[in-house]
Amino acid sequence: MIKFNKYRSSKSLPPVSTASLPDIVFILLFFFMTVTVMKNQNLLVENTLPTATETEKLDKKDRVIEIYIGKPTTDGNANLGDEPRIQMDNKFITVDEVGDYALQALSSMPQHLRSVATVSIKADVEVKMGVIDDLKNQLRKVNLLKINYTTYEGAIVDNL
Amino acid sequence: MKNHRSPQEVNAGSMADIAFLLLIFFLVTTSIENDAGLNRSLPPDVSDNIVDIKEKNLFEISINNADKIMAEDDIVDSKNLKEKVIAFIDNGGLSSESDKYCAYCKGNRLANSSENPDKAIVSIKTQRNSSYPVYVAVQNEVLGAYNFLRNRESLRLFNTTYEAMNAQYYNDEISENQKIELKERLEIIRALYPQKILEPETVNN
Repeated sequence: MIKFNKYRSSKSLPPVSTASLPDIVFILLFFFMTVTVMKNQNLLVENTLPTATETEKLDKKDRVIEIYIGKPTTDGNANLGDEPRIQMDNKFITVDEVGDYALQALSSMPQHLRSVATVSIKADVEVKMGVIDDLKNQLRKVNLLKINYTTYEGAIVDNL
Repeated sequence: MKNHRSPQEVNAGSMADIAFLLLIFFLVTTSIENDAGLNRSLPPDVSDNIVDIKEKNLFEISINNADKIMAEDDIVDSKNLKEKVIAFIDNGGLSSESDKYCAYCKGNRLANSSENPDKAIVSIKTQRNSSYPVYVAVQNEVLGAYNFLRNRESLRLFNTTYEAMNAQYYNDEISENQKIELKERLEIIRALYPQKILEPETVNN
């Protein structure tokens, strides 16, 4: 017992080595770099998506036009009320402008992707169908017919 | 005489701090992607009237302003909706003498339900105040019904599910030949159970 305690005298505890700390942090860093993507839009609306089970992945970002719908977030734009708004291109737009903005987004795509362009509708759970119907009619007018109701994975009972 | 002392070691103590800064930068500027959803295609913006749909070939689903779901003149729970849609599409009501007879259908072959999957049309009606999640749930169940039937036929014909083939088709790592073969198979399954989902315009009275 005396021998065991020889190196553990109370006055000189060996310091914990932090040499591997950078490695741990780098592993974390690489993890986040691989699973996340850069934000290209600041969300101005609340955006809790509904859930669905029969989803298909929308992996190629270069052919997706995103439309966000939801009530304006409370930070900074408290005077905008509770009505759902449409966000495209980092700003609020009206339903009538959706077609124009969608065509603008389409024209900035490379030629060969235009025929496969998909509109991703990211609507909040509190949105009513009236807005969605208007939006769909606008998209039909500009002949953007491939749409994707973007959702989270999950059982549909959470929606009801 | 030069002494061979080892080169002085670089102090790595601040490495962790640098890595932490980078980590925090990435945490702030990026977001985790959740780009998955229900793919649908809208009808083109031409108003040609669809002619001659027999009532038995139409499965009507309506969602009212109070988010109640009605299918075939009856209030249904979202849990039973998928079964009902499957039973409707897979009914195959035409008699075996008819040339449109559905040999692969496993339904009940009722006379008052759909004649053939090719003729079966599902219609989803909403009102302006129906909520979006309920609509997504209904879409999900209808697509689920189609996927179920397509998977069944795909397993019977090609020994793999429709969803697996579809996922593989969009994978970049497969060769051209495989892609063509997959496409043919997908087309065959899609022809057996074509997705016919109607969304009539809402009429407010």
